[in-house]
Amino acid sequence: MITKELTCVVCPAGCKVTVTLDENNQIIDVTGQTCPRGKTYAISEVTNPVRTLTSTVTVQTKDGAKMLPVRTDKPIPRPTLFEAMEIVRRTVVTAPVKTGDVLVENFIEEGINLIASKDFE
Amino acid sequence: MRPDPAGRQTQENLHMIYDVLIIGAGCTGVMTARLLSTKNCSVAVADAGCDVAMGATCANSAIVHAGYDAKPGTLKAKLNVRGNSLMKDLAKQLGVPLRECGSHVVGFGEGDMKTLQELYDRGVTNGVPGMRIIGQDELRRMEPNISSEATASLWAPSAGITCPYGLTIAAADNAVTNGVHFYFNFKVIGASRAGDVYYISNGTDTIAARYIVNCAGVNSAHVAELLGENNFPITITPRRGEYIVLDKVCGNMANSTLFVCPSERGKGILVSPTVHGNLLIGPNAYPIEDGGDRSTTAPGLEEITTGAHLLMPTVNTRMAITSFAGVRATPNTYDFYIKNSEQLPNVVHAVGVESPGFASSPATAEYLVGLLEDAGLKLEDRDDYIPTRRADGNHKQFHNMTDEEKVEICKKDPAYGRIICRCETVTEGDIIDAIHGPIPATTIDMIKKRLRAGMGRCQGGFCSPRVADLIARETAKALDTVTKCGGGSWLVEKRKGGN
Amino acid sequence: MHKKLIIIGGGPAGLAAACAAVKRGLSPDDVLVLERDSEPGGILNQCIHAGFGLHRFGEELSGPEYAGRYIQMAREANIPIMTNCMVLGLTNDRQVTFVSPELGYVTATADAVILAMGCRERTRGALNIPGTRPAGVYTAGCAQRYINIEGFMPGNRVVILGSGDIGLIMARRMTLEGAKVLTVCELMPYSGGLARNIVQCLDDFGIPLRLSHTVTEIHGKERVTGVTIAKVDEANGRKPIPGTEEYIECDTLLLSVGLIPENELTTGAGISLDRMTNGAAVNQFRETEAAGIYACGNVLHVHDLVDYVSEEADIAGTHAAATILGETEKTVKSVKVTTGFGVRYTVPERIDITETAEAVRVFFRVTDVYKKVQLVIESESGEVLVKKAKSAVAPGEMESLEIPADKVAALAASEDKKITVYLRELGGSK
Repeated sequence: MITKELTCVVCPAGCKVTVTLDENNQIIDVTGQTCPRGKTYAISEVTNPVRTLTSTVTVQTKDGAKMLPVRTDKPIPRPTLFEAMEIVRRTVVTAPVKTGDVLVENFIEEGINLIASKDFE
Repeated sequence: MRPDPAGRQTQENLHMIYDVLIIGAGCTGVMTARLLSTKNCSVAVADAGCDVAMGATCANSAIVHAGYDAKPGTLKAKLNVRGNSLMKDLAKQLGVPLRECGSHVVGFGEGDMKTLQELYDRGVTNGVPGMRIIGQDELRRMEPNISSEATASLWAPSAGITCPYGLTIAAADNAVTNGVHFYFNFKVIGASRAGDVYYISNGTDTIAARYIVNCAGVNSAHVAELLGENNFPITITPRRGEYIVLDKVCGNMANSTLFVCPSERGKGILVSPTVHGNLLIGPNAYPIEDGGDRSTTAPGLEEITTGAHLLMPTVNTRMAITSFAGVRATPNTYDFYIKNSEQLPNVVHAVGVESPGFASSPATAEYLVGLLEDAGLKLEDRDDYIPTRRADGNHKQFHNMTDEEKVEICKKDPAYGRIICRCETVTEGDIIDAIHGPIPATTIDMIKKRLRAGMGRCQGGFCSPRVADLIARETAKALDTVTKCGGGSWLVEKRKGGN
Repeated sequence: MHKKLIIIGGGPAGLAAACAAVKRGLSPDDVLVLERDSEPGGILNQCIHAGFGLHRFGEELSGPEYAGRYIQMAREANIPIMTNCMVLGLTNDRQVTFVSPELGYVTATADAVILAMGCRERTRGALNIPGTRPAGVYTAGCAQRYINIEGFMPGNRVVILGSGDIGLIMARRMTLEGAKVLTVCELMPYSGGLARNIVQCLDDFGIPLRLSHTVTEIHGKERVTGVTIAKVDEANGRKPIPGTEEYIECDTLLLSVGLIPENELTTGAGISLDRMTNGAAVNQFRETEAAGIYACGNVLHVHDLVDYVSEEADIAGTHAAATILGETEKTVKSVKVTTGFGVRYTVPERIDITETAEAVRVFFRVTDVYKKVQLVIESESGEVLVKKAKSAVAPGEMESLEIPADKVAALAASEDKKITVYLRELGGSK
């Protein structure tokens, strides 16, 4: 049995939630939360924590190189954040760019894209 | 090889032998250079830092002392009183703000009356004009926020406040305009002499000159030895003083500079308005080992807060916008040591120039030029001397312009319509002008000292990236080459693995 | 130049106020938004992280995306936005002096002015941290600009003082960019940032958060070479405890130690500030004590969520437009809003009840972390006007309560001159 302690971020209460797992990493018990949302959060954090990555890539504009804010359109698995940053650093785009434009398809995972989060003319 | 004065191309100066080389670009050195530039001689100034006014000149009480402190008959007394009056003319000539706000030495009870009387008598002997000892009622009328325990003061109306580094920079600009060469990042490590010419070296470059003026501040005694003095009679103890600057909303808490009665450690902790509208409190005074150590300390800041409260209990240091420390060159003798060398021909020393070194500096310059003449330097007035900072006048900052002037300059140059530092209203036009000024301002601190960008409430949080951008753009360099104050004071690095 | 409505600031507050004013019936030609930067959007342009707009748009946007939505709305409404335009002066009678490369030095008048200048960061100087003054000491927002706008790294080995949200966000941002964030020190015994940011910006990367710690000295002559940190004594004014000092070698110190509403123009116009919010005192329409001058967004009080900024700007913009159009009702009674136990400040500070007494939402911040409390607004005569139970509250998160219309009407009819917002502890530990 393994127990994992985490802080729920669903609301400001910040409940300390304990998740208990068996040998096969199956969840046996979730305790400490004070609402159902806390349980859902805790399970996702333990089984497959995901994060939206935001960063910047270089965009070539008529006024020279600028920084274009970008983000993933869906959260990616937390352990892949640094790997994802390597791709971000290598990415260069050319203006015009519109918010929502897909810059890298199937970014890290099938069906997830790296998108522009600002317009550049 | 000869280095570039002010970082510019100087092919034409490559084989030049200057008449005078001044070592140290603090207020004394710069004022001397400026005065020499009114005469027919060639002048160079070398400094270890990347700008003028990098030592005590940029971190002091900013007071143009009246001159009652110094013992009668000393050089300090003589130069302070004369410097005070010269300074006022010079500030006007160069368009630098100077406020004749006067000063009070505040007495607390009977015990201090004797000191006030002594200071008064000294002042009279030294020739300080207009002093009076005033009682509690008058003091409170003049300074409504003064402590209720203050019972009397020595009022000296001729004392003033100005911006010491601002005036020094203006004087340096004026000197450059009149042909003086500045060599920065030039730390003297050795000297030799061949014939009547000294060759002063920083290890890689050499400057040649017939006369040498040593005004290297905390390093002046050391420089004297490097020049070849044996058993130089003066030793310097660096003495650090800490200050706190309060927000402009506190600026009118004091109408004039307020001192407590002086003690052996100095003039004590003062409360003073600044010429930019802030309130300044400090300094304490402690000897330190390393003359370059300008760090502040928690006990020190507490000490000056307590000290300021003695004069003015309502000073609120939660309104602090910054704190800093300055290092003064305190000699083992009481007085300034300003003399021709006894061992080295054509070398003049200005050593141990501590407070009131700034207030004295225009007079010290006169005195030093006199000593150079005593040593044999022949000087005549130039008829083509330009009295303003630049050939086309004293450049006014946008902030100091009238509404009409603001309208005009924006029409002429739209860069003046773009505000970069919003706390102090510094425009892109002002900054571009400074970057290409007589001494090109190419670091964040150089811009800050010239224009006050970054000296306001937000302390550069907003404008420093923008100032860095402008420096990079105007000097055609990458942002990661711009520094805060030269050397290893880098601001940013390239993004890792980026392109 | 004369405009019916001048809005100072083209960030989320200013843009939302402009859109609301036009929606209320003002012609866009009568509105002018003055923005000091080269593009509208304000600080959101450098806040590239996600998490904005959940309340307003029902989705998690990045800062530039959130700003982009309002820029789009303003464009569609044909609202003129003057960029590179810095306002230098404002008078009590709504004279606005500004300067821009395009327009030069201009003085304009307006029937109404909305202040939406935002806030600035507290600095090292305000904290009076002793030590040297090297390069490498940045406010978190300044570092954020260097990375996100300029594309450069402000340092490699980083200590962050202050666990406000910007500091936490920057801890993650710098880590992802390859810097080593060594620790985040927080003077208080709790973090001022959102729990989500503690988890996702610090815990995810194993960055230690040291509560009740501060930086006591900065080292390094040219560039930061290290900082000394120490534990502070909760019982003794949060002064550093001798003997707990620890030297940390680093090249960068980021400060995330609070935001201050940028009210130089406000005070210049002779408008007094609320000591607690550092913004102007306003009524429920966000009108200051100077007739026709409104304030909204972070210039009024520092918000935790931009969504609330937009909401507040809607109120200011709508009412400013109504005033200009001559369609406002008379005030029948003014009631002061005061703070009681556990409440640091409220916005509005007064309610000017009009003929049609409408419901009023009061925003406030608590003084400390409390668990299991009731938020209460009570009239002077002791009637509870509204209450709400909360499992936890924290100073970092804004709370609000809405006084229903009938209670406002009753208040107008009563003798009461003030109402009080307070917390009632419902047992359990603090």
